[in-house]
Amino acid sequence: MPIEVSQPGDRDVRVVRTFKAPRQLVWDAHTKPELMRKWCYGYPGWTLPICEMDVREGGKYRWRWRRDADGSEFGFFGAFSEVKAPSRLAHDQYFDPGDMDYAMPVGDPCLITLELSEADGVTTLTNTMTFVSKEARDQAVATGMTDGMELGYGRIDDMFKSAA
Amino acid sequence: MTFAALADPTRRAILARLATGEASVQELSEPFEMSQPAISKHLKVLERAGLISVDIDAQRRPRRLETKRLEEAVDWIERYREIFEQNYQRLDALLEELQAKPAKRKRKKD
Repeated sequence: MPIEVSQPGDRDVRVVRTFKAPRQLVWDAHTKPELMRKWCYGYPGWTLPICEMDVREGGKYRWRWRRDADGSEFGFFGAFSEVKAPSRLAHDQYFDPGDMDYAMPVGDPCLITLELSEADGVTTLTNTMTFVSKEARDQAVATGMTDGMELGYGRIDDMFKSAA
Repeated sequence: MTFAALADPTRRAILARLATGEASVQELSEPFEMSQPAISKHLKVLERAGLISVDIDAQRRPRRLETKRLEEAVDWIERYREIFEQNYQRLDALLEELQAKPAKRKRKKD
């Protein structure tokens, strides 16, 4: 089940992936901190020590990731604008730069929309990140928005460095 | 198309080799212990994705890296995809674990 990443509109980046599980479980994994900590930390060597979520419309959340090797941290925070269990979750997302203020621009939030649909025991997840403008999206893409998450890993980069 | 082109380890290794300078098909096939037709197939995929180009005027038709295209792809989308892929592989395992628990109880009843 490879993931698909696309840019369906001027302001969006979308990820689509299927899971062999009922969508209630996929929903739980995205809305219960004790479950989310187990999978949502990017690369090995990272953890999600701060994972606070008040999952209701208007409720706030705060996630902060940490790289154990050097204690670097960054995070996201915001509020839920739509909570329709177990099919649709939307929240704004502000970047909390921590020690990684170079990783992506701080300022206007993105809107994250998580949609879950289920058929024959398979759940299709669609995660759409919508920027405030096309310029904001293009800037994020151009500046390497996820550099911070990549630090300490960088398999492809290392490969090119060693070749150069 | 770019993501698919980058998904293959041989093709990423070819790009790494081309990062050191242009090379002919023969030069590219040597380190990989692959036949020239096999390498040519990979090169076609990379060409179609715009990641490499061919100097058709030179006799050995060297391939060269299209750095800008590669930077665009590697710098952002590829990383974004990888982060989600790492997360979702762990989520697969967690979902399996969560589903196994009630199933065990059910079997005991049967």
